Amino acid sequence: MPTDTLPNPEKNPAKSTGELIRLEQVTKRFGQNTVLDHLDFSVDAGKHVTLIGPSGSGKTTILRLLMTLLKPDEGTITVDGQKLFPASDKEVREVRKKIGMVFQQFNLFPNMTVLRNLTEAPVTVLGMSKDEAVERAKGLLDMVGLADRCDAHPAQLSGGQQQRVAIARALAMQPKVLLLDEVTSALDPELVAGVLDLLRDIARSTDITMLCVTHEMNFARDISDQVLMFDSGRVIESGPPEKIFSDPELDRTREFLSAVL
Amino acid sequence: MNWDWSAVSDFMPDFWEGLLVTLQILLFGSLISFALGLVWALLMRVPSRWVTWPVGAVTEFVRNTPLLVQLFFLFYVLPEWGLTFSALTTGVVAIGLHYSTYTMQVYRAGIEAVPVGQWEAATALNLPLRKTWTAVILPQAVRRVVPALGNYVIAMLKDTPMLMAITVLEMLGHARLFSQEHFQFTEPLTVIGVAFIVISYLASLALRALERRLAH
Repeated sequence: MPTDTLPNPEKNPAKSTGELIRLEQVTKRFGQNTVLDHLDFSVDAGKHVTLIGPSGSGKTTILRLLMTLLKPDEGTITVDGQKLFPASDKEVREVRKKIGMVFQQFNLFPNMTVLRNLTEAPVTVLGMSKDEAVERAKGLLDMVGLADRCDAHPAQLSGGQQQRVAIARALAMQPKVLLLDEVTSALDPELVAGVLDLLRDIARSTDITMLCVTHEMNFARDISDQVLMFDSGRVIESGPPEKIFSDPELDRTREFLSAVL
Repeated sequence: MNWDWSAVSDFMPDFWEGLLVTLQILLFGSLISFALGLVWALLMRVPSRWVTWPVGAVTEFVRNTPLLVQLFFLFYVLPEWGLTFSALTTGVVAIGLHYSTYTMQVYRAGIEAVPVGQWEAATALNLPLRKTWTAVILPQAVRRVVPALGNYVIAMLKDTPMLMAITVLEMLGHARLFSQEHFQFTEPLTVIGVAFIVISYLASLALRALERRLAH
């Protein structure tokens, strides 16, 4: 992807219709290891984008950069017109409000009930009233099929149930973007389908933008508007799922897909 | 060896007084060490050497000098600076301070044992730092460290007789005084020995109950 054709965001600050996320020349290194190498890509609002590629190709790193869990070594990241890095703490917090993330290991708060996991942040961060937060949380738990487990603690739930709670917890913050980081990789095989069905429903019934790292290729094919194939810290190929999964341009992509499908 | 039950009953009034003092030292000393240890542990995480260096130096110094020296220092030196407290208050502060340098290590380990995913989830939910500590990290860390803190309570109990050195009359102090006045050593020393076992047993029961309550 040639970068000199990209518009300079400094000169076009208002260009936020459509485009929600933009990475420009983003480089991330861990020690000697360059995980992302001058990466460029953008995601339009409401789109579902799936990142595929071999382990260690930098897919998860992108999600972690967007969630501000990591800082890039070079390059700029823009979310909804607001630049991350360099940005003040306040600006970073504003951007974070627009982004929700679901983790491979669920990361529910084990010291809180399921309900409290969903209400804590809306009350503290969004300033929602306790009653409203509880009502919304119950609605979300109903949506993920766990309305009856409000008072349970995460340790009392199966992995699949915990991950569904984690999805509900992310949605409780009403984010514009949902980052899904290999959300079924830690689940027992028989629990994967329930979580993926839930995500398909969310993809279909909401206008939330999704950025998804997954090894579930059928799921990627179902929900994606665009698939990005990563290798060695770069996007080597991108396109609609029909194209990438059925007729990829590159041998490297074909090789990867034949190994995982 | 002649066991004289009447010596036991003669000692009882003094024993109750001593017991009360021992329990006060243990209770307030524990509370100080729990609170101060947490403060030290949190200060050591402030990302500035201007904070961590002095805190580290002071706590290292206190941990590596004998409690007895600290007791004497606070008892005899502070009044020279115009700070006068009762012997009991001085002793409680000294033992609490001394043990806080151990409990800080316990808290540190407990905090570090909280999985990094918990911090990440708190960031992803945009929780403010203070809320992340109070609602997410500390509740999980404290639950992990209760057993280790309990061990220090027992250790502190066994150090309470040191306050005798600064004239605090706790159980051993009373037993010694009684022995010297009545020339009967076996009974008062046995009574307080049993009392120490009973207190540590009850303390460990209480801590186990607390552990169960904090389990989730």
